[in-house]
Amino acid sequence: MFVFDMMESFRAALLSIRAHGFRSFLTTLGIIIGVAAVIAVVSIIQGLQFTINQQFEGLGTNSIVVQSVNTFERRIQGIISRITPQDFEMLSTRVEGIATISPIIAGAGNSVRYGSQVTAVQVTGSDYNYQVVGRIFIKYGRFLSDNDDQTRRRVAVIGETVRQNLHLPANPVGEYIRIGDEWMKVIGLAEERGQILGQNQDNMVVIPYGTMRSITGNQNKLDVVIQIILGDISQMEVVQDRVITLLRTAHKLAPKDDDDFRVQTSQQLTSTFNTVLTTVTIVAGGIVAISLLVGGIGIMNIMLVSVTERTREIGICKAIGAKRHQILMQFLFESLLLCLLGGLVGLLIGYGIGAFAAAAIPNFPAAVVPLWAILLSVGFSAGVGLVFGIMPAAKAANLDPIEALRYE
Amino acid sequence: MSLIQINNLVKEYVMGENILRALDGVNLGIERNDYVAITGTSGSGKSTMLNVLGCLDRPTSGNYVLNGKDVGHLDPDELAEIRNREIGFIFQSFNLLTRATALQNVMQPLVYQGVPLHERKRRAEEALNHVNLGNRMDHLPNQLSGGQRQRVAVARALVTKPSILLADEPTGNLDSRTTVEIMKLFDELHKQNQTIIIVTHEPEIANHCLRIVRLEDGRVAEDRRKS
Ligand SMILES: Nc1ncnc2c1ncn2[C@@H]1O[C@H](COP(=O)(O)OP(=O)(O)OP(=O)(O)O)[C@@H](O)[C@H]1O
Ligand SMILES: [Mg+2]
Repeated sequence: MFVFDMMESFRAALLSIRAHGFRSFLTTLGIIIGVAAVIAVVSIIQGLQFTINQQFEGLGTNSIVVQSVNTFERRIQGIISRITPQDFEMLSTRVEGIATISPIIAGAGNSVRYGSQVTAVQVTGSDYNYQVVGRIFIKYGRFLSDNDDQTRRRVAVIGETVRQNLHLPANPVGEYIRIGDEWMKVIGLAEERGQILGQNQDNMVVIPYGTMRSITGNQNKLDVVIQIILGDISQMEVVQDRVITLLRTAHKLAPKDDDDFRVQTSQQLTSTFNTVLTTVTIVAGGIVAISLLVGGIGIMNIMLVSVTERTREIGICKAIGAKRHQILMQFLFESLLLCLLGGLVGLLIGYGIGAFAAAAIPNFPAAVVPLWAILLSVGFSAGVGLVFGIMPAAKAANLDPIEALRYE
Repeated sequence: MSLIQINNLVKEYVMGENILRALDGVNLGIERNDYVAITGTSGSGKSTMLNVLGCLDRPTSGNYVLNGKDVGHLDPDELAEIRNREIGFIFQSFNLLTRATALQNVMQPLVYQGVPLHERKRRAEEALNHVNLGNRMDHLPNQLSGGQRQRVAVARALVTKPSILLADEPTGNLDSRTTVEIMKLFDELHKQNQTIIIVTHEPEIANHCLRIVRLEDGRVAEDRRKS
């Protein structure tokens, strides 16, 4: 009997929603917008998070990045901390458990010439491990080798944008470009990598670390970022501690001084990013919860109007024998269904917006809608429908039949 | 035992300071298969009386026993059940569900009884055929004439096979020709042993009935049986 009543109430609710098609749509607009907003924001953020995590995974979970830290306070005291090439050499010889260790020098912006063409590029000095770190695939030629580094060869691997800006041939291998005052031979062209967060990944020139050092005039300005990959992940903490101890000693830091460098594992990097993104998600979720609440109040308002409008209809139903719970269920179902439909429409629109936004921003990761977001928004819509539907439904159910029939 | 037995029935309306007695101690018994007209001037309490008999309204005091059951102390849901199973109510203004077809309107009381769809449909079709509306089942109320609407209402009242049919000025909104049509229908139903009570202020209508109860200021002023 109860199931029967449910089905009949459901049917009546559906008919009533259909009978007021446009109004039903307007009624649920609040819910639609609310859910669309959550899904759009969440799908974009999740897409981003997914991609970032993937990129860090590319580094492997067993990598450590060492770089200098320049706090504002120290900078105004005129102290500039650096990781020097000597630090790098010390670490590469005195830390155990390292599989590979590679230095990265991000040079100042250089002007690079080829013939009459000039372009500004940030030239990076590194060794052959950078290919893995930077996720560089070679289209023509080859990447830097150990030998290039040791013999300080004047060679460079360039990105597609640089090739285009300099009007180099499609296969530029063998051409000579001029970086600052040095002639370098192009030995490789990297495959296109596109943009990440609006930054062009193809506007790059990579030269051997040794070469970079030798062409840098003032050695005191060199600041190296060190990328370490461990052989065994269980050694992570030991290696981290060892690096910190060695660097503190080398930098002559007193026990009370803070580190003037940062040793981060790839996991720490990932979790930093994830924390930021999670915060954004929560804030967006909060805003959306408020908008759903407003949407719910809108639903309640329209349902109350609808109950008043249909007072006579309710009176008729009661006169021919409708019990209170039957009327209650019909109206409750109506608001529940309205909200659920709104939630589903919002879901589709939100996903559409997310996918569209992700596609419109060049090289932005594809939007991803996680299951929890779908369940949460649909569940929340249903909850809103029930909570805000109760009052109008109870009002309808408790109408006095004779009063309701007299209602004009 | 009478189908309906009311004793000392009082219905008061409280209007601010004043108390208005619409029914002032009515005693009445109605037998099965009777065909009763309740008449009286406007404001004499006819509709009030019928609403109480139809369990749409509750009396202020007095007893009402319907079909052996004291309905004076039932809660709203129990009253709904009585209205659904025991009573067929016909209104002056038809009171059909405007968004439902004739067939759906007639099916509606069976929904509240938990009758499955196909069975509901079958019985509603039967009831509509009974009132000669078999060819108008899928019409909405506003696609029907006044007389046809009232016949849909009669079918809706009959579909649950109620013990009693109550009609409050059923021809009040109809022209004279349609009135004749509807009264012929009531006469037929009576011949098929349906108990009927009709509220009317028109003597011609009352003349169709076997018994005429006249109300005056909320009291039974006259109760006579046609010879
Ligand atoms: N809801 C109400 N509130 C206050 N007074 C009411 C209410 N309903 C009816 N009355 C009063 O009760 C008295 C009887 O009304 P009722 O509707 O029963 O009369 P009636 O005999 O049906 O009249 P009519 O022939 O005009 O339909 C009237 O004086 C009316 O004003
Ligand atoms: Mg009346």
